Amino acid sequence: MTQTTTATATLDADLPPIIPARRLSHSGMGVLLGRLQPLAGRIYLLVFVLFLMSPLLILAAAAFNDSSFPTILPWQGSTIKWIVALFHDGEIGQALISSGIIAAGVIGLSLPVGTAAALVLTSLHGRTRGVVYALMVSPMLIPGIVIGISTLLFWRQVGVNGGYFLTILAQSSFIISFVMLMIVAQLQRFDRTMEEAALGLGASRLLVFRRILLPYLRPALLAACCIAFLQSFENYNTTLFVRGTETPLTIFIATKVRTGLTPVINALGLVMMVGTIIGAVMWEIARYRRAVRSAAI
Amino acid sequence: MRFGATRAVKSLSLDVRQGEFFSILGPSGCGKTTLLRLISGFQQPTAGQVLINGTDMAGVPSNMRATAMIFQSLALFPFMRVWENIAFGLEARGVGTAERRREAERLLELIALPGYGNRMPGELSGGQRQRVAIARALAIQPQVLLLDEPLSALDLKLRQHMRAELRDLQKRTGVTFIYITHDQSEALAMSDRVAVMNAGQLQQVGSPQELYSHPATSFVAQFVGENNALMGTVTEVSGGTAVLEGPQGRFAGRAGPGLKPGAKARLYVRPEALSPSREIGENRLKLAIERFDFEGAFATAYAVLQGTGSPQRMSLTISQQGLSDAPAIGAPFTAGFSAEDAIVLSDD
Amino acid sequence: MTEIFDRFGKPLGGIFLGLALLWLAGMVLVPGVFMINASLRPHLPPPLRGGELDVYVLDNFAYLINHVNHGRIFFKTVWSSALVTLATLLLCYPIAFWLAKVARRWQVAVMLVLLLIPYLMNEVLRGLAWYIILAFSGPLNAILIGLGLMDEPVRWYGDGGVVAGMAYAYLLFMLFPIYNAISTLDRAQIDAARDLGASAWRIHRRVVLPHAKVGIATGCVFVFMMAAGSYVAPALLGAPGSRWFTQIVYEWFFEIGNWNRGAAYGVALMAMCLAVVLGLLALFRVNLASAVK
Repeated sequence: MTQTTTATATLDADLPPIIPARRLSHSGMGVLLGRLQPLAGRIYLLVFVLFLMSPLLILAAAAFNDSSFPTILPWQGSTIKWIVALFHDGEIGQALISSGIIAAGVIGLSLPVGTAAALVLTSLHGRTRGVVYALMVSPMLIPGIVIGISTLLFWRQVGVNGGYFLTILAQSSFIISFVMLMIVAQLQRFDRTMEEAALGLGASRLLVFRRILLPYLRPALLAACCIAFLQSFENYNTTLFVRGTETPLTIFIATKVRTGLTPVINALGLVMMVGTIIGAVMWEIARYRRAVRSAAI
Repeated sequence: MRFGATRAVKSLSLDVRQGEFFSILGPSGCGKTTLLRLISGFQQPTAGQVLINGTDMAGVPSNMRATAMIFQSLALFPFMRVWENIAFGLEARGVGTAERRREAERLLELIALPGYGNRMPGELSGGQRQRVAIARALAIQPQVLLLDEPLSALDLKLRQHMRAELRDLQKRTGVTFIYITHDQSEALAMSDRVAVMNAGQLQQVGSPQELYSHPATSFVAQFVGENNALMGTVTEVSGGTAVLEGPQGRFAGRAGPGLKPGAKARLYVRPEALSPSREIGENRLKLAIERFDFEGAFATAYAVLQGTGSPQRMSLTISQQGLSDAPAIGAPFTAGFSAEDAIVLSDD
Repeated sequence: MTEIFDRFGKPLGGIFLGLALLWLAGMVLVPGVFMINASLRPHLPPPLRGGELDVYVLDNFAYLINHVNHGRIFFKTVWSSALVTLATLLLCYPIAFWLAKVARRWQVAVMLVLLLIPYLMNEVLRGLAWYIILAFSGPLNAILIGLGLMDEPVRWYGDGGVVAGMAYAYLLFMLFPIYNAISTLDRAQIDAARDLGASAWRIHRRVVLPHAKVGIATGCVFVFMMAAGSYVAPALLGAPGSRWFTQIVYEWFFEIGNWNRGAAYGVALMAMCLAVVLGLLALFRVNLASAVK
């Protein structure tokens, strides 16, 4: 891509303009604008990155401020006591465990169901497929609190109250949609003759699924697993209604904002950020390498 | 088997002999792939039956049939190693790992790829992948190997090389090969017998030699090899010889099957049967050469039929030696061919 | 329908179909019906439930319409969410175009990492960051006063703060769809337009924007939906006078305890979101399958 761009640029420079009149009409104001455009673009880019990063930097910086309330102004001296305190904070540990249990439940439920839903959807055609598709993506288009409310109201009839079970069910009901879409995308590139080849070699339908389709879907399943974890871990709106007495991390932090926030939360944010950066950089490097490699071939 | 309102394969009956290399030849969309899928069990016939070794295959799913298929796309499993690919059929039959590995190595020897077992399919060349697909199919010791245009994705040189290899593998293993192709030269080069199909119907079954010199229908005459056609009406049929009268003149040739006087028909004569220099045979054509296409050992001359209203073109094969005596471009000459080298087939 | 059985056999196909049905019916449709059912019934003490007073009425919805504040808050939520959507669209389009068609490969890699970091953390922490920035004695006021742009600190918490925090929180959901859409645009089309003498503005209006349409529709649908249904940002960045509709729904459930009325408010929110989603898709002439994939 880059090579193409440079090639075009040199061509433009070397060749005389084919229709000089039209090029000339851009002189004066046009040239000035042409000069200003890249500069304005760069400034915009800078402001955007600043907008993107400054909240994170401030959030992280406040973790080092020796103040009992998370802020960077006034700066009351640098300390790492909040980070130390984070690792001794039993409540946060409890909230993390709670979030972990929910996320594990969500992954355990939404991966198989999402895969099944994707396989069902791809076996449908025409109008039926359109209707089922709309139904399957509808949980993504409904506000999270509505999903929480409906799950809560439904299960109350059966005598089940909020808690881990309902939280996992409510979160899964829309996370399955995400999983389903990711699996469908992968399925669309699947060469069905591989299944026929395996059948023709004497494999049972179960073996074909286990040995051919499932390994093929593995990358999508891994990605779906990550998405399901992130979605569950950061969910607040749905969880708020179905959590019962459980306090997963997001609920815990939001409660703390009202009942007395300390920079321990910032320390937690900092740790998550560092973890995220390491993960994201590794992922990007892998992606970049793959892109370079595939461009080389 | 139906596709929408039209049947992909109409009623046909076909016997394939054990241990032969049998090709099904036809243009794309003629129903040959459907036929293969019926044999393999991926599709069920709406009527009729498939017998393998005399056993009716109705209701037998593809994974229980003694057939193995090689797909056009090969359909190697990209996430399995080469040896796992080859041994997949054995895995499906519950064969243990050590035994599978041994068998895979034996087959890798057979296809001349020893030591490639631990590679991934993506690391192999096109021809190597081809051979792995064949080994994978042979691993289940099928009675019939079904090949769906497996060479079409390869370039010309490799394709010609693989033809010889396939032929050789078939002879060594003794497995019945049913090979599908739209490439007549491929079918003629490899097969013991060929079935020609068109529009879901069987046109003719025979050895490559039979198809070439004794085409049963106009379609076969035109589809297999190059042919010149002269149109007309049959005036008499006697003793295996037919006479055709048309705007280009009166010609005699061998009578095709079911030919009756009064029928609209065509006389087919091969380019190599038309002799430009000597007036041999009982048929005469007045021609003038338009151009020569030089093709190495021989040349093809394209000539226009003289003295008739319509600009009918004919092609003649001229050997390297004959080229010096050949008529000049534009100069009228008389060409002849014997009735024995021509065949008259009814139009339909 | 039989294809699933043909492909996977009866037992396995049955399991897949069963799981899909369990999800669609048991986790999506039936709970939704229960919610609508609850929204149409009056809130009664347990002994009276199922009695002669327990009939279908529109009281809960009438209450929403007639209430002094709730109707206003409902429309403010819609309006502010639309504002958030527009703000993210304007912010993201130039960046998405730059990422897809201008930036070098390493620049794209760096930018994607920068974008992913805030979004792999949770929404509450994103809100918390803005909570710190917008504080009365916080950095934003300090900088603006320091630059001499203001004399007095401003109370940012409130509707303005909520919109700013949300625009930040949902930025990525606008950026990625547009970026993906523009990525598929053939560079030659832009070059051809430029070669034919089109101005930058015209190139965007006639070539890039029509191509990015699907991505823009997707981004708008998701950002609007998330903004309207958000609870965190208004809870953290709002002021007492700037309540969000979701906060009222929460009150009905867990502070007042009238679940039926809460359900009705939830149904109203859902209906509004679905109407906006369908409206946006119609406006952009995009079908659901290409917008959500």
